[in-house]
Amino acid sequence: MHQGGPVIPVCPLADLPAGESVRIDTAPPIAVFHTDGQLYAIDDTCTHQDASLADGWLEGCLVECPLHAASFDLRTGAATCLPARRAVRTHPVTVQDGMIYVHYAAEEGTAA
Amino acid sequence: MNSVAVIGASLAGLYAARALRAQGFDGRLVIVGDECHGPYDRPPLSKDFLTGSTDPGQLALADAEEIAELDAEWLLGTRATGLDTAGRTVLLDGGRSLTTDGVVLATGAAPRLLPGPVPAGTHTLRTLDDAQALRADLASGPVRVVVIGGGFIGAEVASSCAALGHDVTVVEAAPLPLVPQLGGAMAEICADLHADHGVTLLTGTGVARLHSGGTGRRVTGVELADGRLLPADVVVLGIGVRPRTAWLADSGLPLDDGVRCDAGCVTPLPAVVAVGDVARVDGVRAEHWTSATEQAAVAARNLLAGATVATHRSLPYFWSDQYGVRIQFAGHRLPTDTPRILEGSPDDRSFLACYERDGRTTAVLALNRPRPFLRLRRELARTAQPATT
Repeated sequence: MHQGGPVIPVCPLADLPAGESVRIDTAPPIAVFHTDGQLYAIDDTCTHQDASLADGWLEGCLVECPLHAASFDLRTGAATCLPARRAVRTHPVTVQDGMIYVHYAAEEGTAA
Repeated sequence: MNSVAVIGASLAGLYAARALRAQGFDGRLVIVGDECHGPYDRPPLSKDFLTGSTDPGQLALADAEEIAELDAEWLLGTRATGLDTAGRTVLLDGGRSLTTDGVVLATGAAPRLLPGPVPAGTHTLRTLDDAQALRADLASGPVRVVVIGGGFIGAEVASSCAALGHDVTVVEAAPLPLVPQLGGAMAEICADLHADHGVTLLTGTGVARLHSGGTGRRVTGVELADGRLLPADVVVLGIGVRPRTAWLADSGLPLDDGVRCDAGCVTPLPAVVAVGDVARVDGVRAEHWTSATEQAAVAARNLLAGATVATHRSLPYFWSDQYGVRIQFAGHRLPTDTPRILEGSPDDRSFLACYERDGRTTAVLALNRPRPFLRLRRELARTAQPATT
């Protein structure tokens, strides 16, 4: 799974405290979330309409879209609340020497 | 309750149907829609759909799998023409009728028109067909577009037309658009967005009539009440909507700027509920996307219960995308509430503001500040709740 994609440095872990999120301007953009002790990366754009999930509301492992309250499970990318129906892609995250890296998943690499 | 007819196959109607099934209704479910399309999302019509970056398929609110799961009978391209409440019958065009135990009224609203003839090249923007017709009219190269009405739809259409390279003028009858929604100070900032992007905003003048001529009697200009004539190749009317209640005139239901219902979306007849733009819920007709979806769940619950056991009390919320700026508003604002900028700057078209009354926040507005807006909106929803129940 998730092999061959580029590895993208995000920011130092110290700069992304728990409860925070950051958007990386890849194409398409990626949102990285720090929940209680876990880091997750998903495609940033809500699958319902154009809104940045990095600006969303983080609750446990769910992020709620700031525009229409669609929600996604950060672990799987699955849409858990309407109006979104399609999952977002997930991307593996690692931390090395205090730096967060996203392993950009290939287009087909939708985890669900 | 063995059967429910949902009259209206758009956002509110679909969400009501979903809610009925989710709440255990397993009887006959009929969804009647006068458009030939299944439920689709209207907000993109004035934005990404008009600029061509969204296609009709992306607007669908339900996929084939969900449509199958709903297990409903769809009567699309079918108009409801009357409701016989005593006989529990919905009258349909073509002389057909539908007998049902419960009815969800979700017929939405229709755009207001100008009095007088409507020459070709004049558009309203409510339906997918409307949007497709306007898109086709804009496709032949740069034209002169006059948008009548500077509200959210008008501003979004103006923004999309400007992005497509057209020469755009917005005509607004009031001294400033969006004052009822945002108040003067904040409305002025939003009005400035037009000039930022080369769109002319003419305020304080109504429209006298549309001029037409040539082959096909297409629109050629907009004559203003003050005598000025604006040449136009395409005219878009964004002068508000009327709830679609004419078909209910003989139903005996109270109609007064919408179907009057209680805070639980229930009409005086417990077997008839109303949701979305057609519903005047507890004195308020919201016309907001979020209200339509939230009302649907409440209405479904009350319809199945046969009485008002739940009410819709959530915080009004709406958004608008124009000129690359996302405007978001939530709350109950009174004209006397005072706006205060909390962060950012109007000059940058990026700020967060709250409206205050007696030191209390009543509403929140953001331009391009979705994250802090969401935080404040949630806070407001939490604190405003007890005050309104």
